[in-house]
Amino acid sequence: SLAGFGNLMQDVLWCFSQVKGTIDIGVTEADIISTVEFNHTGELLATGDKGGRVVIFQREQESKNQPHRRGEYNVYSTFQSHEPEFDYLKSLEIEEKINKIRWLPQQNAAYFLLSTNDKTVKLWKVSERDKRPEGYNLKDEDGRLRDPSMITTLRVPVLRPMDLMVEATPRRVFANAHTYHINSISVNSDYETYMSADDLRINLWNFEITNQSFNIVDIKPANMEELTEVITAAEFHPHHCNTFVYSSSKGTIRLCDMRASALCDRHAKFFEEPEDPSNRSFFSEIISSISDVKFSHSGRYIMTRDYLTVKVWDLNMENRPIETYQVHDYLRSKLCSLYENDCIFDKFECVWNGSDSVIMTGSYNNFFRMFDRNTKRDVTLEASRENSKPRAILKPRKVCVGGKRRKDEISVDSLDFSKKILHTAWHPSENIIAVAATNNLYIFQDKVN
Amino acid sequence: QDVQEKETVIPERAEEAKLKAKYPNLGQKPGGSDFLMKRLQKGQKYFDSGDYNMAKAKMKNKQLPSAGPDKNLVTGDHIPTPQDLPQRKSSLVTSKLAG
Repeated sequence: SLAGFGNLMQDVLWCFSQVKGTIDIGVTEADIISTVEFNHTGELLATGDKGGRVVIFQREQESKNQPHRRGEYNVYSTFQSHEPEFDYLKSLEIEEKINKIRWLPQQNAAYFLLSTNDKTVKLWKVSERDKRPEGYNLKDEDGRLRDPSMITTLRVPVLRPMDLMVEATPRRVFANAHTYHINSISVNSDYETYMSADDLRINLWNFEITNQSFNIVDIKPANMEELTEVITAAEFHPHHCNTFVYSSSKGTIRLCDMRASALCDRHAKFFEEPEDPSNRSFFSEIISSISDVKFSHSGRYIMTRDYLTVKVWDLNMENRPIETYQVHDYLRSKLCSLYENDCIFDKFECVWNGSDSVIMTGSYNNFFRMFDRNTKRDVTLEASRENSKPRAILKPRKVCVGGKRRKDEISVDSLDFSKKILHTAWHPSENIIAVAATNNLYIFQDKVN
Repeated sequence: QDVQEKETVIPERAEEAKLKAKYPNLGQKPGGSDFLMKRLQKGQKYFDSGDYNMAKAKMKNKQLPSAGPDKNLVTGDHIPTPQDLPQRKSSLVTSKLAG
């Protein structure tokens, strides 16, 4: 429904819809969800996990008989996308973890997606089969060959309906192009090319060609001792097929134009917020590292996520973001222990809603945050089994920073840092969100009146 | 005195002081080469079968020194053994999300 489309925060009540996954005492590492992505219509929702598996959910058709069940997502297809590998030449263990999934826009009956681990990108075709040929002459229904001398009549095979089968087949494998670890893939608006980015390089691929790719960004220094920053994320502009951005571990974003030169080492625009030198500390550079960058649907803005904030930048203004939102500023007084337990290196993602009016990102304790850019209101919600009654309205959560803790607040020291929401997704046009909480996938929708 | 006031005003500075008190040898440039190099070297595992077999021959009946608590960190004289390397198994089990 369009009821929540661009509404004020206070008019949108988020409700529990579904949760996928099991309640295990100990989480199996392979089950940890590592990426979540809706396709361009929102009909399909894909997840990838540490075990290299992809699960695709499909939204059921809305039924007039059950108007309160607004299109639930059910399993459509699941397959093993990547397997663990060992590069013997480099003594390098290659994880099967799916870092990113990106959908291609639908052009025929089949669905196509790209999935990638640290080294290899794969193009998968997901298609339906609901008919099968029957009545062959030379083989029987089990496929066994018939004795030709026993055949006395000829028949024409016919297509008969069968139970729907969804098949996933790998159509292309784009391998051996990355020395370092792939952090991003992005489909170009020309639908013919895509890019893959690792820590130091970005490559441009044509979907049809797997044995070659163009290197379009290379920030590897001649002497590795001089290495000062790495590429952390990259994305193509939603409409301009010549434009892309990439973010760095130093908190900067570069916008590049592929028309300017073959190797885009010189940026067309450089986005950096000036740092207040009096605020500098040991942690400054680490917490400024950008973990995700996303263009708005309009293509006018980019959003970046660093450890403590989400920032919105106007493409026309390079010297500072136009908006900065505090995700969990209370962690500033916890940086020492967050450094010791490595949480300070956690890579949170961020997403836009369909109208670019609300942005969302995850935090710890299975909390996630939404910021309304128009009203400047924000809300903290929680993905937990305790709030999993069908259509239960999610109650806003609050972290108590000091002083007296109210009854339903949680203190900073009680936050569970092992429950991190790193990956979320927002339906392209409706108020439906998917939130990955370790090994569980939560789906929330806005309240139906 | 101004510096002290500044440290209480900015939580990061207090946290930095805490960290340096625990680890006095902590480098000055956390975002510099060492830290980034560690990121680039993720997944690196070292096992030399020649070293391993020679060490085994030398030790004869004695037990080979095994890895310490951090099995992923292989340094110095420690010769990694096949037992030290974590078992690699692909997940042929269907994801529980599809259950």
